Amino acid sequence: MEDSSDYLLKVSNLKVELQNQIILEKVNFKIKRGTTLAIVGPNGAGKTVLFKTLLNLLPYTGKIEWAKKIKIGYVPQNISVKDIPISVKEFLSYSRNGADIEGALNAVRLNNAGIANQSLGVLSGGQLRRVLIAWAIIDKPNVLLFDEPTVGVDVGGEESIFVMLNELKKKTDITMLLITHDIHLVKEYTDELLGLNKCMTFFGDSQRIAEPLLQQKIYGEIVCSNT
Amino acid sequence: MLDTFIFSLIVGAAVGFSAGYLGSIMVLEKMALVGDAMSHVALPGLALGVLMGFNPLLGGFIFLFVSAILIWHLGRVTKLSFETLVGAAFTLALAIGILLYGDNLDALEAALFGDITKVDLTYAVIAVAVSLVVVFLTRFIYRKIVLGLISEELAISKGINVARTNLLYLLLVSVTVAIGIQVTGTLLVGFLVVTPAAAARIVSMNLSRYFVLSAIFGAISAISGIALSSSLNILPGPLVVISGVVIFVVALVVRRQKKIGS
Repeated sequence: MEDSSDYLLKVSNLKVELQNQIILEKVNFKIKRGTTLAIVGPNGAGKTVLFKTLLNLLPYTGKIEWAKKIKIGYVPQNISVKDIPISVKEFLSYSRNGADIEGALNAVRLNNAGIANQSLGVLSGGQLRRVLIAWAIIDKPNVLLFDEPTVGVDVGGEESIFVMLNELKKKTDITMLLITHDIHLVKEYTDELLGLNKCMTFFGDSQRIAEPLLQQKIYGEIVCSNT
Repeated sequence: MLDTFIFSLIVGAAVGFSAGYLGSIMVLEKMALVGDAMSHVALPGLALGVLMGFNPLLGGFIFLFVSAILIWHLGRVTKLSFETLVGAAFTLALAIGILLYGDNLDALEAALFGDITKVDLTYAVIAVAVSLVVVFLTRFIYRKIVLGLISEELAISKGINVARTNLLYLLLVSVTVAIGIQVTGTLLVGFLVVTPAAAARIVSMNLSRYFVLSAIFGAISAISGIALSSSLNILPGPLVVISGVVIFVVALVVRRQKKIGS
């Protein structure tokens, strides 16, 4: 017997229309606590729009039901830090006053000396992504929305980000929604898969990403799915 | 005369400090010219004060305040940038201001370049009080604005109302510019918002240092400009600017030395 309180998020008949254009429609999915959901699809499929809608930043029709009393952490795809002289420590303290900055940096394996005082603008892509994860988890969220965890990270560093997220999940039982293009990492490090291409093209077990036919369905012509 | 000089120094220090502090945000927002342009919006208000016999600074302040709200509202409605809207408002205000002043050239000169001979105890007290409030409120919104600059979505996801914060910021700029006009005039008060922050930016690796230095550089520019103006008996505005530029050059040299040393 399925208990509805197991679900952290239920989305039904979600439709997002911006400037009279349908950006996303027919999106139906639900995820349980502690799940890692990978959201995949071609560029312009509406993945980031889905996140912004889940965060209530965009108008929508349909239903988005978050479980009660949850705290959401969000890491956007792009941030502009090049022209802002903000140190890692200052940035993290902006997430939550009196936060355990050292603890958060350790959790994302950024424990090399002096990193807290470095300017965000001089960090490598991988370091910046880790700082952003630290930013999101410092507030102890129940769910983390992460838009492209490995953007700007070199090829060798992509997996280490997923490994770290996986460790984090084991330690904190956090639910994660990850927008990603790293198909090869989806199978190993996520539980469920949501395919988007203006509408929902697939929702199910992430192990199925290995199926060439499914990849074709997700990245090929738009064929909406009802399940 | 000595009293006027001391009061001017106090006003200069207070306005320079708050303008430098506020300006540190403007430079981060790449809106340096907005501060400069906004100061000109006060001109019609100053002219109306002269023509209708009320305190010109009050007129300037009202014009700045209302313009800030209008610019903010138009920005939200039209999605045009602040720079575009302030650019349009400033040229219009300059044109109206000059038409209103007509042949009253002395008053126009005072409005454009400042007139510290009119600074008295009351004005000094008001300037210090307003500057303290501006610094306090700016400190309150600093984190919100910086997060909004890094990523608007990130800020909103933290419950920050970016639009409301921007409005408060514009209003704080308008208050500071209105108070600063007496010292440097409308033409040059924008400098106090921009150059000290630019100097601080090039020698700062973190935000705390950056905004503290911006404020201190602003205060030093104003104090040294006014002191020089008193001993050389020339207008303070241009000397405040020159003092600030000297600080900027020194900051450049310090940065260069640091780079060579590292």
